[in-house]
Amino acid sequence: MTTELSTSLPTDHSRAVADGAHSHGLVPEASRAARLTSFDPADFPVPTGREEEWRFSPMDRLAPLFDAAGEGLREGGVQVTVVNPPEVGVEIVGRDDPRLGSVGRPGDRTAVTAWHGFTDATIVTVPPQTVASSATSVRVEGLDRTGEPTAAHLMVHAGELSEAVVVIDHVGAATLTETVEIQADDGAHLTVVSIQDWEPGSVHAAAHRLSVGRDATVKHVVVTLGGDVVRITPDAGFTGEGGDVQALGLYFADADQHQEHRLFIDHNQPSCRSRVTYKGALQGDGARTVWVGDVLIQAHAEGTDTYELNRNLVLTDGARADSVPNLEIETGEIEGAGHASATGRFDDEQLFYLMSRGVHEIDARRLVVRGFFAELIGQVGVPEVEERLLAAIEDELAASMAALEGER
Amino acid sequence: MSTLEIRDLHVSVETKEGAKPILRGVDLTIASGQTHAIMGPNGSGKSTLAYSLAGHPKYQITGGEVRLDGQDVLAMSVDERARAGMFLAMQYPVEVPGVSVSNFLRTAKTALDGEAPALRHWVKDVKTAMERLRMDPAFADRSVNEGFSGGEKKRHEILQMELLKPKIAILDETDSGLDVDALRIVSEGINRVREGGEVGVMLITHYTRILRYVQPDFVHVFVDGRIAEEGGPELAEQLEAEGYDRFLAPA
Repeated sequence: MTTELSTSLPTDHSRAVADGAHSHGLVPEASRAARLTSFDPADFPVPTGREEEWRFSPMDRLAPLFDAAGEGLREGGVQVTVVNPPEVGVEIVGRDDPRLGSVGRPGDRTAVTAWHGFTDATIVTVPPQTVASSATSVRVEGLDRTGEPTAAHLMVHAGELSEAVVVIDHVGAATLTETVEIQADDGAHLTVVSIQDWEPGSVHAAAHRLSVGRDATVKHVVVTLGGDVVRITPDAGFTGEGGDVQALGLYFADADQHQEHRLFIDHNQPSCRSRVTYKGALQGDGARTVWVGDVLIQAHAEGTDTYELNRNLVLTDGARADSVPNLEIETGEIEGAGHASATGRFDDEQLFYLMSRGVHEIDARRLVVRGFFAELIGQVGVPEVEERLLAAIEDELAASMAALEGER
Repeated sequence: MSTLEIRDLHVSVETKEGAKPILRGVDLTIASGQTHAIMGPNGSGKSTLAYSLAGHPKYQITGGEVRLDGQDVLAMSVDERARAGMFLAMQYPVEVPGVSVSNFLRTAKTALDGEAPALRHWVKDVKTAMERLRMDPAFADRSVNEGFSGGEKKRHEILQMELLKPKIAILDETDSGLDVDALRIVSEGINRVREGGEVGVMLITHYTRILRYVQPDFVHVFVDGRIAEEGGPELAEQLEAEGYDRFLAPA
């Protein structure tokens, strides 16, 4: 059995590949603490779909990213363009750059193929004590409509006491497995927004690995709108006391889309705080969302304060949302720990109340859905992103409202 | 001048055992300027009447008709009824998270009028109405009914009645759960709307208490899904003294 802990942030390659034999996969590990992480592809056999971390996923559609033949992935399937304020550094580096892979290790098959699949990586660096004058925009554009798998690697490094916002935008068409390393040094205030707004036909797996320094604050925002299959696995850990992670997620799944978000917050340091809030709406036949929120409070992580919440709003028949919060607590000396999860159908009583005031059904539905996301969007704190999210929700609603009008 | 005419209304709800009749032939006419108190014991069908008139999908109309100035209300959707001039102040107003009171009120007003209200007048109207109902201005920014106390919810219902200016207002147990102060504030609000003489009010209540503040022109006693007795305000006084027992005694 494996005893490898996924908690030694930061880590390095030499240690990472030194694991012994593992058994994992067919039998779900009881504890998230026991879940293997490694840079060695041999540690992650091609999954069958019966494994705990894959049991909700559409394995056939993700298969190209598993690289079953071990041939590696093609180059150049995506083009990365960065627009940055002058204070923020941007580098394109080769895979031998020692900074790469310093934030955690791959935790599943697509993450390990991502690690071995890229040739160049993009590193965004906010120097210590620097306050970025505007948001840094990282555009990851998919250029591939053939379904051939490709890999990408991004790293965002916020130096000590720096402040910055980085928005990563995924557009175009791609079959992509991606790593996003996010490192916030002591006292940094970093916001990273990752938007998945792919064209239909796209398949995207992304491992986000976060390292949060002493008294650092990281706001990690995931927005998933477009793409056939999107599976994001943010893993966060701390390197000092007083760290704060706010993980926000917003997703909107239409017919036959699969959107999966699996988070792991590892409270591996005392007196750190985490807040996870993910909200999703689903509409159309075969719309599918999965949210898994694992939080581990290690024995020495006294004074931990954590709360995670997932809400799903099912707008039509034929859509399915899974929501699985897991909280493992190894010490009782904590500030607070809790989770809440709810998946509800569209509330007809809300609709009745609004309509009884003369509001047309379509406007009433729009109000309710906007209201469902409103507080979450307000927490993003980046005005241009907030505006875009509101517009995206309007677009999503326009589709369902057209269907509703068609019924009349 | 508007008139709501309810003729031989029969309503059922779906239960596990099949359709259960609740209203068994209700006849009632309400004209502008009139206030009709509907009183009756629990389970007599008062709220069913209110929600049926508003068009709640839970209630199935199995017979009769409802006309507002000759228009067939039962053929209208919920929102069409409101735009025709019907208003229901609910006993249990629904929470709508993330939708602010001010946005909600403006959306409703716009839907009713067919155009957005002139901003400056509207803001002033809302502010004045809220002040008169002793509602903190911060209410405008709160989500509709979310975290409101019972009294706050009822005041918010009456606020809507004042601002949306319906032809026929149905107040479903607006007095229930209110303390005397809140009851007085809510009653004043109802009376302000009544003073205009343009609204017909159906005031549904279990208790006679609110009738001390809101004087009805007619009192109807509701028992077992129909009106068992009708009279003037003196009937309410009689009920206050005697309770509903004589209506509930087996025949």
